[in-house]
Amino acid sequence: MKRRSTFLMTVLGFGFAFLYIPILSMIVFSFNSSRLATVWGGFSTKWYASLFSNQKVIDALLLSLKIALVSSTIATILGTMAGIALARFTKFRGRVVFSGLVTAPLIMPEVITGISSLIFFIMLADWVGWPGARGFTTITLAHITFSMVFVSTIVNARMVQSDRAIEEAAMDLGSKPWQVLFDITLPVISPAILSGWLLAFTISLDDVVITSFTTGPGSTTLPLLIWSKVKLGVTPDINALATLMVLTVGAGVVAAGVIMFRAERRRLADERLAYRNND
Amino acid sequence: MSAGRFSRWFDRKGWAGLIIGAPYVWLLVFFFLPFLIVLSISLSTNTPTAPPFSFGGEHPVINPSAYVRILTDSLYVRAFLTSLFNAGVAALLCLLVGYPMALGLTRVSTTWRNVFLMLVILPFWTSFLLRVYAWMGLMGKNSWFNGLLTDAWNILVPMDWAVKSVPMMHSNFAVVLVMVYTYLPFMILPLYASLERLDPVLDEAAMDLGSRPAQVFRDVTLPQSVPGIIAGGMLVFIPAAGELVIPTLVGNASQPMIGRLISDEFGQARDWPMASAIAVALLVLMVVPTMLYSHFQAKAEGSK
Repeated sequence: MKRRSTFLMTVLGFGFAFLYIPILSMIVFSFNSSRLATVWGGFSTKWYASLFSNQKVIDALLLSLKIALVSSTIATILGTMAGIALARFTKFRGRVVFSGLVTAPLIMPEVITGISSLIFFIMLADWVGWPGARGFTTITLAHITFSMVFVSTIVNARMVQSDRAIEEAAMDLGSKPWQVLFDITLPVISPAILSGWLLAFTISLDDVVITSFTTGPGSTTLPLLIWSKVKLGVTPDINALATLMVLTVGAGVVAAGVIMFRAERRRLADERLAYRNND
Repeated sequence: MSAGRFSRWFDRKGWAGLIIGAPYVWLLVFFFLPFLIVLSISLSTNTPTAPPFSFGGEHPVINPSAYVRILTDSLYVRAFLTSLFNAGVAALLCLLVGYPMALGLTRVSTTWRNVFLMLVILPFWTSFLLRVYAWMGLMGKNSWFNGLLTDAWNILVPMDWAVKSVPMMHSNFAVVLVMVYTYLPFMILPLYASLERLDPVLDEAAMDLGSRPAQVFRDVTLPQSVPGIIAGGMLVFIPAAGELVIPTLVGNASQPMIGRLISDEFGQARDWPMASAIAVALLVLMVVPTMLYSHFQAKAEGSK
């Protein structure tokens, strides 16, 4: 059998065309001078100019970044704890419930998470008078909750792969458990923690559904701003905004990929070197 | 020496308690408790108060009428069927497109494979909302894409059927198409993960024993990739069934999906018990396939 069948390569080509043509089309039309977003009327960058002078867009972007920064950081701390707990503590009371709680938000449809968070915040304000107005606080709390389980999944996967022998050796040499945690376990899983944080940051930055339920008057994140505009149809300034977002994230992901790829290659080279020196 | 006692207690048990306890309590308070509240509201009675529900009064304390309405009112039954149908078709199409793509990924050189994998993952990192929006641009009446499809259609069919533009927006077709587009990476990645592990020697052995490529695929490759197919299917089906953004932007408003219905019952109708009951029903529908999935996974892990 030919390992590289023509059929498979054709499907691969069409598949990537399917994935990228809509995005490329959106980028091209962001430079369209016509007000009609889908009819070409000549090259122009005026939509970008109008975007940068739009205070609403800038405010929404800043709010989104603030929420993403705070929520992803707290989610990373809690998610890392959960990942370590699941991988290292095999026996404790309520472990089954705990592992269920850590998986459930992953598969929970966003609408349900959104509506239950909103009802919870309304009832909470009713019972204890906090949180008063919905906005930054409620959105951040909801984002922490659904993004921490992504972090814990990544950290847990890394923990399961990592070698426990080093930790046990440190324990045998008299290290206290939390010293082992900070000196060995956390440095070993730090790449997983970093990718967990990145993922939590991006899903917070991108979230529409849960944010739309937990927001209040005056707290418009960037996705909510886009959401309210695209419900009315395709507009050229959203094309420009989309292009900027896609290119920023794309550049970030490619850079992160290249850095991780290089680090991985260096690690492999180091390991080979270490083995050779041992011989 | 209480400090010493504390630090000894902390070394022995406290640190473990902290690591388990903090995320545990967080998820109990912010995930489980809200769900319990929704569950109890789903059994309450809708009243014109604030918040708009109450237990008891002239109705029984536990009022199952919202669930009865889900089962009997054709609006809700249709919404559930539409959601399951759209999500099912989307998962199937993702499989049909994603499987050959994943298989193709395993057949290219390592360098290209890394590039292609990056290209599969990249859309996943870019805004979901904007990927849906990109299709709104393509499907609209005046777009170049719609124009292309219109021309193709008009050439292929008799003059009488000619159209000015292909009516794509605001239909179930649009919903399924955009779902396939946005969720395709979720299908490709688990499929790739399970296909990558397959030993090419098995293919060669089957070839040597006289199987044709199609037979090798059917008898060797396909059966071994079943866990990947199930994982990918779940990852597409579950979020697709509860989807809110896609049907709102490109769907047909007269054929709402469940996500839209929950949001409307809650926001416009201010019927919290109804919205809660639909949410609980949707969750039950999701739990069954998820349990099937973890069952299959546990079996696969066990046989390893």
